[in-house]
Amino acid sequence: MAEATLAAQSKPEEISTRPSLLHNIFLRNLSAKIAALPMVLTVLVVFVGCSAWSVIYSFTNSGSLPSGKFVGFAQYERLFKTARFVGSAENLALYGVLSLVFTMVVGFLLAVLMDQKIRFENTFRTVLLYPFALSFIVTGLVWQWIMNPNYGIQKVAFDLGFTNFRFDLLTNSDTVIYGLVIAGLWQGTGFVMVLMLAGLRSIDEEIWKAARIDGIPAWRTYLQIVIPMMRGVVITTLVIVGSGIVRLYDLVVALTQGGPGFASDVPAKYVYDYMFARGNLGQGLAASTMMLVTVLIILIPWAYIEFGPKKNK
Amino acid sequence: MESSVSIRDLSLDFGSVKVLQSLDLEVAKGEFIVLLGPSGCGKSTLLNCIAGLLDVSEGQIFIGGKNVTWAEPKDRGIGMVFQSYALYPQMTVERNLSFGLRVSGMPKAEIEQRVNRAAEILQIQPLLGRKPANLSGGQRQRVAIGRALVRDVDVFLFDEPLSNLDAKLRSDLRVEIKRLHHRLKNTMIYVTHDQIEALTLADRIAIMKNGTIQQLADPHTIYNRPVNLYVAGFIGSPSMNFLEGTLNPANQTFVADDGTVVPVGTYAFETPVSGSTKAVLGVRPEHILIGEDAKSKPFTQEVEIEIVEPMGSDTLAWTKIAGKAVTFRCDSDVVITSGQKILIGFDPARGSIFNAETTNRI
Ligand SMILES: Nc1ncnc2c1ncn2[C@@H]1O[C@H](COP(=O)(O)OP(=O)(O)OP(=O)(O)O)[C@@H](O)[C@H]1O
Ligand SMILES: [Mg+2]
Repeated sequence: MAEATLAAQSKPEEISTRPSLLHNIFLRNLSAKIAALPMVLTVLVVFVGCSAWSVIYSFTNSGSLPSGKFVGFAQYERLFKTARFVGSAENLALYGVLSLVFTMVVGFLLAVLMDQKIRFENTFRTVLLYPFALSFIVTGLVWQWIMNPNYGIQKVAFDLGFTNFRFDLLTNSDTVIYGLVIAGLWQGTGFVMVLMLAGLRSIDEEIWKAARIDGIPAWRTYLQIVIPMMRGVVITTLVIVGSGIVRLYDLVVALTQGGPGFASDVPAKYVYDYMFARGNLGQGLAASTMMLVTVLIILIPWAYIEFGPKKNK
Repeated sequence: MESSVSIRDLSLDFGSVKVLQSLDLEVAKGEFIVLLGPSGCGKSTLLNCIAGLLDVSEGQIFIGGKNVTWAEPKDRGIGMVFQSYALYPQMTVERNLSFGLRVSGMPKAEIEQRVNRAAEILQIQPLLGRKPANLSGGQRQRVAIGRALVRDVDVFLFDEPLSNLDAKLRSDLRVEIKRLHHRLKNTMIYVTHDQIEALTLADRIAIMKNGTIQQLADPHTIYNRPVNLYVAGFIGSPSMNFLEGTLNPANQTFVADDGTVVPVGTYAFETPVSGSTKAVLGVRPEHILIGEDAKSKPFTQEVEIEIVEPMGSDTLAWTKIAGKAVTFRCDSDVVITSGQKILIGFDPARGSIFNAETTNRI
């Protein structure tokens, strides 16, 4: 607008363009704008509004009701002094790195395998995608049994005579995170595989032919030609998997309850406990704001890359 | 003549579908061969077999005297250009050209030299730093040709390289490919379903149908002496006029089904014909003459013009001979109108006669 006004001042004869500019903003495609209004309102009120509300109240000393008075960054100071929160963030970081790397790598490798025109592809795809259709609660329960020393794999191995075999990740505070990672992988890789497979299938077959004639080995073709071509799919998958990791909650509740001790505690569980179990909204909202910040750190660069100013592709 | 590509008794099946059937093809060194045929006749399949991108079911392929039937594509001494260009989109033009050479571990200096040579030949030096997305279709196809060029191979394979371009660019690049062939003197095998491309580029054209080669000959022979009805009807636009009837070798006439008599004394028969035979007489539109020119021809008839189509350089007219719709071409200066009565004539020596049962030329 500033530019438009300047231009209008320097060239008086163009003043007449100003009404049409306003007209452009408000009246062009009027029906489309009216149709989009409910969605715009929803976005503003629900997403932006609620997020803003929770950020604002994280600066208060609210108890079980959002009514406290402004206390500045006190909640945040307390948050970062609380061993449980710091520990839960560390747990999440470890889980996140392992889970992200393994879901992406395993999901991609499975997709590559599927792409070899194998027989029964549909069957495999369904089987691998099936866990994704389950809720984390079910996944958690299933793996709780599998990894329970008294019922699960360890018991089976024991009965078969392997008495030294141990598969008790969940009962050991050093290994419980790995148990979570395994269950998370079981649930998530199928989904990543399907996305990646769609990406692989979208690559023109002639690219593969050209690479074969150039004598480029298959692994190099994947690494240096195909994966760069799948950039969009890879980044979208990363964002979906990444934001899923940040809000990790139900799997932990179903699998370990955050235990043993706080060994598998995660920020989302911290938030829930403070807001509803302990009646300390201010503290819970401070923690949730930190989660929001983390998500934004993931999303903003992505949105910038995907939708930002177009540069050379 | 030294043979460059030699295909012997090649068959290829996809499951129960026989796409290529005991196909033989000898391509001489430096020859420009065009594979021409309708969609789905197996042109790309044949080219992919030569390139080594498809495993053959039966038969053998020799390139440069070596049996390469089971060799990897990169070891066959071929370069290939695709319809979709198939450039690596995330790499610059320079890297597109050099990537294969780098992977093969060629010394840097040699790579640079080859890339520069290819860029110079194709005049794409200013584009070397760009990505394919920032090139026009014609420029992309040049880069794709360049990628085959840097491989320094004897045989170039093209799979409909110009089909994605608009008409103007297509004719420009067509000339350029011809120029490239004159300069490099490589063997080139070129797939297309565009007759003009085939007729203008080829030393020899292979007309394909259902996985077999119907005729393999130079463009002039293909056009003027097609071996069978299929080739005759496929080549030429507008296509050849056909009259059905009976050939009587005794009195050297062709009698059309409605009784119209065409003397065929001037026709050079491929094989001696004995006894009257069901036959098809084919005449190209430009071989039917009008007015004074027609008078001296063995066959003349007065006909009524039905439709006139001015094409710019010449005019196409529709009429009927022996009850059959017939087109002929005349100079655009000649004024003809629909409904006009006009004398037309042709010399069967310039036409083709086919056996109606076997469809082969007689
Ligand atoms: N992978 C495949 N499996 C089964 N059939 C196939 C396969 N690839 C090609 N075909 C069949 O082989 C035949 C020849 O295909 P091809 O691609 O060689 O045709 P073409 O002559 O190149 O046609 P176009 O001009 O459309 O490119 C077609 O009938 C096609 O359906
Ligand atoms: Mg094809």
